[in-house]
Amino acid sequence: MENLRSMETAIVLSVTGLRKQYGGVLAVDDVSFEVRRKEIVGLLGPNGAGKTTTISMILGVLEPTAGGIRIEGSDLATNRSHALERTNFAAAYTPLPGNLTVAQNLRIFGLLYGVRNLAERIDTLLRQFDLEGFRDVKCGALSSGEQTRVSLAKAMLNAPNLLLLDEPTASLDPATARDIRARIREFAAEGHTGVLWTSHNMYEVEEVCDRVLFLSHGKILLAGDPRQLPSDYGKDNLEELFITVAREPLTLEQA
Amino acid sequence: MTFHRIAAIVLRQYYLLRGSPARVVPMFAWVAIDMVLWGFLTRYLNSVAASGFNFVPALLGAVLLWDFFIRVMQGVTTAFFEEVWSRNFLNFFATPLALPEYVAGLVLTSIATSALGLVAMLLLATTIFGLNFLTYGVLLVPFLLVLFLFGIALGVTATAIVLRFGPAAEWFIWPIPALISPFAGVLYPLATLPVWMQAVSRLLPPAYVFESLRAILAGRPVSIAVLAASGALAAVDILLAGWFFAHIYRHAVRTGLIARYSAETLS
Repeated sequence: MENLRSMETAIVLSVTGLRKQYGGVLAVDDVSFEVRRKEIVGLLGPNGAGKTTTISMILGVLEPTAGGIRIEGSDLATNRSHALERTNFAAAYTPLPGNLTVAQNLRIFGLLYGVRNLAERIDTLLRQFDLEGFRDVKCGALSSGEQTRVSLAKAMLNAPNLLLLDEPTASLDPATARDIRARIREFAAEGHTGVLWTSHNMYEVEEVCDRVLFLSHGKILLAGDPRQLPSDYGKDNLEELFITVAREPLTLEQA
Repeated sequence: MTFHRIAAIVLRQYYLLRGSPARVVPMFAWVAIDMVLWGFLTRYLNSVAASGFNFVPALLGAVLLWDFFIRVMQGVTTAFFEEVWSRNFLNFFATPLALPEYVAGLVLTSIATSALGLVAMLLLATTIFGLNFLTYGVLLVPFLLVLFLFGIALGVTATAIVLRFGPAAEWFIWPIPALISPFAGVLYPLATLPVWMQAVSRLLPPAYVFESLRAILAGRPVSIAVLAASGALAAVDILLAGWFFAHIYRHAVRTGLIARYSAETLS
């Protein structure tokens, strides 16, 4: 009983029977999974598999057709603000407003998330993400890699218990990407955060994720340890497995 | 409603205004142009009118109040357009920010920007053209209140329209005050209008303000009950606008429009 209770408190995200239908198109079909504290879960799949749709539903900006989302036990549908208070995200396709400076953007989002000791928190994040020199630079004037670092700093503002990262290193050079990966892994390991991470870089996924979920046509096709899964399905590496998921998902469903 | 989240919306607008003459100058320029143009026109009319009727409080005062209403409405819509132009909806609405908090932030921004415009107009109209607001007495307060409430209602409705139809729908919004002004009877009595236009006017709270303003200047009694009813009508308009905005927002969340706003429609 005690074990069951501690397992339940370790769950930061619980997705049950999630479904999203646009007219006759089923974008996400009966998806269920959990993310626990200190765990990094990779949400993988080819373009159009339903990854971003799933993340949008978890962020509360897209209403599911069916199913439920609970963040730290709070039902997103009925207790949205509370559920999102300790959630945050960074995505390659949503840079922060380019017409404000880095510090101004962080201050505004810090207020939105109700961050305490905000000035101090901003200083810490600017230092952690090597952004001190850009404090008073407008975000629109930054390179795409610098903008990504600002988005990640924003994503860490409220020390989230659930962190959603949609291709967070897509526009970073390999050295910066490695630093960022290390920082996020450290953040997840030392704190209380569960991370849901999408990426098309299978090397990155193997390095970072504790567990992966392969989505195909809106369904979870495979789930497991990214270092173990390829051999389970007779593939040399995760990239080969990804290509099979993208091109011949039926062969895996039958396996 | 949480104060710090409302403050975040206002702070964003403050940062944008503080660093941008392109945003600050129009707040004063358009109202100043109107005051100067109508100020000289009323001065000319006073000089040629045989009756001795003072056009300054009747025309310049009415234009000032109408410009205040436009500033209130555009205070809401422009603050909203800033998020449209910077494609910031997903960032904002993926936070704990609740819809009433967002709208409250827009309204507070509008109060600040419209108040600045009002002060600029008052300075010009009183110092250069001799407009005396004591002419209207204490009724100036309900006049401003009714116009403010209706400006907010129209601003919130306009933002809902843009949220529903996408960034290009912004061009529906700018002409709305010009579209309403003939019905509001800003410059002439409602009796001048054809019957069907008068029927529309009765639905517009500003129409009662401008009728009351002319009644004061003509020395006729002003019906406080009618003015109070126009205030109530404006308050109902705000509730309807809030409901409409919430309805459109729910539609945008259901269809995915918030997440892919630049697509304009996903239907």
